[in-house]
Amino acid sequence: MENNTLISIEAIRKHFPTSGGSFTALNGIDLKIGKAEFTGVVGPSGSGKTTLLNIIGSLDSPSEGRAVVLGQSISDLNPKQAALLRRSKLGFIFQSYNLLPVYTVFENVEFPLLLLKFDDSQRRKMVMDSLEWLGLTDKVKSKPAQLSGGECQRVAIARAMVKKPEIVLADEPTANLDAANSHNILKAMVQLNNEFGTTFIFATHDDKVIGYLRRKISLVDGKVTTDEIRNN
Amino acid sequence: MLVSMNLLFRLAVKNLIGAGLRTWLNVIVLSFSFLIIIWHKGLLDGWDRQAKNETIKWETGGGQYWHSSYDPYDPFSLTNAHAKIPSSLDSLVSAGNIAPILITQGTIYPRGRIQSILIKGINSDQKLLKIPSSLFTKVSEDIPAIIGRNTANDNGIKEGDLITLRWRDAHGTFDANNIKIIGIFNTDVPTVDMGQIWVPLDRLQKMMDMSGEATIIVSDKEQKDKILSGEWKFMNNEVLLKSITDLIKMKSVSGYVLYIILLSLAMLAIFDTQVLSIFRRQKEIGTYIALGMTRREVVSLFTIEGSLNSVLAGILAALYGIPMLALQASRGLSIPGGSKGFGLAVADKIYPVYSLGLVISTILLILLTTTLVSYMPSRRIARMKPTDALRGKIQ
Repeated sequence: MENNTLISIEAIRKHFPTSGGSFTALNGIDLKIGKAEFTGVVGPSGSGKTTLLNIIGSLDSPSEGRAVVLGQSISDLNPKQAALLRRSKLGFIFQSYNLLPVYTVFENVEFPLLLLKFDDSQRRKMVMDSLEWLGLTDKVKSKPAQLSGGECQRVAIARAMVKKPEIVLADEPTANLDAANSHNILKAMVQLNNEFGTTFIFATHDDKVIGYLRRKISLVDGKVTTDEIRNN
Repeated sequence: MLVSMNLLFRLAVKNLIGAGLRTWLNVIVLSFSFLIIIWHKGLLDGWDRQAKNETIKWETGGGQYWHSSYDPYDPFSLTNAHAKIPSSLDSLVSAGNIAPILITQGTIYPRGRIQSILIKGINSDQKLLKIPSSLFTKVSEDIPAIIGRNTANDNGIKEGDLITLRWRDAHGTFDANNIKIIGIFNTDVPTVDMGQIWVPLDRLQKMMDMSGEATIIVSDKEQKDKILSGEWKFMNNEVLLKSITDLIKMKSVSGYVLYIILLSLAMLAIFDTQVLSIFRRQKEIGTYIALGMTRREVVSLFTIEGSLNSVLAGILAALYGIPMLALQASRGLSIPGGSKGFGLAVADKIYPVYSLGLVISTILLILLTTTLVSYMPSRRIARMKPTDALRGKIQ
């Protein structure tokens, strides 16, 4: 397990200033997450799931403690180094898809590859492979506004996966989807996890997602209450 | 590893086109600014060029030698401002390459009114200036005189009229005689027209008892170094045309007020759009950052997007502006007759001149201003917390 550890979190705390003082979102979290895990951080609203994901994703840094992701200490990264880590190694899937509205499906999925400077032919192949995987080849020229919620989320997954990142962080990926779409998407992610060995970390309180997790980390008031391995 | 400008440029173009109506409103307003600035500057440049060319052809030639006492702004200086024309110039004068002019004050009495006037004597065979002095060869018992159209109109003088002229000769003695208007000429240069009467040089020298003398000597460019005398000082066209240069400069300054208003309107629209964009596109900004763009790259992207408004405006302005400006450059802009009294050469039509320098400087001015206005609000992105941007929480 140690050799496979991609994420190591040691006693992290995160405080946010409020008008009356400060709010503690994470209160002493210790975690290790290994390669190819299909893990979920589960808990009610305000339990600190998204904050934890943001720290792992180098979008935020802990107030105290140490978070090491792919060998890099998040607190020690400057904004540029953090951006380069996200660009090359991390994929994000958001609750509200966060697709770029003026781009087509193809261009949305292509975007991370443009940042990584893949050449035209490589990009085209990787995008088409990714879209094929998620059954979106007929939507290549569509814009996000022309897609259903399920299709948008599949585009978001394709965008997260197209560069074959080491870690995919998915924040409430099924919150805006109906049951059928949720299951389709989760199955696609399980398949990607199996096929490419990508580590998936979810922040969720959706039972449908929880049903697919192989590791469930429960968070309440910024503290890990349970951390269980499941047989899925 | 950082994103290239080429990619940012392509993304910016896509975003800008994708913004639809908002972009086109900005672009249309900005294209007006482009066009009006270029048109107005072109008009002034055209006027400047025409005014100088015409003044050179009618009045200043390749420069003038002034008698050392001559001051065009002091009529009393004329009493002493005359001297013999250097004999070394005789051949050039008779060849018409040098035009000596004798100037004195006089009074005419058209239709019973009294009118002060400058009497200018010029050789009938001079070829240097466009003053139609060849008309003096017409045989006349009276003193032959030609005047400009504006002087004729102002005083109700017609061709063939006999008018009493009074003057003081070199000894201060008053004398008077009839002059016959043998020609009325049209000119765009009021300084050879307003309040002036042109007579043959030899007649004026005789009238004034100033044989062989002149007040100024107009030279063509080739001859200007051949006149060497302490009594004469050379005035080049830079000095002689200074009033035109100054007036055009003054007009340019008032033009800048117009440019500033136009640019401010366009920039206000772009600034507003940028501020609105950054507010409305928080999630998009957060997404760019989450996908791995640095904040500086996102700031650059938004700045390029804003400044591309000016590129699109330039293209749009070229599409509808080039035919319009070209048409006006060929047909000219009619100037009302009343503007002849301005004291500056104004032709019936001004033909705007659009130089490459003018177009490039206008493009650069608008591009730089737009970039600056786009950059200012975009700097906010650098201060955004990506987690807040992703949730659209920034107020």
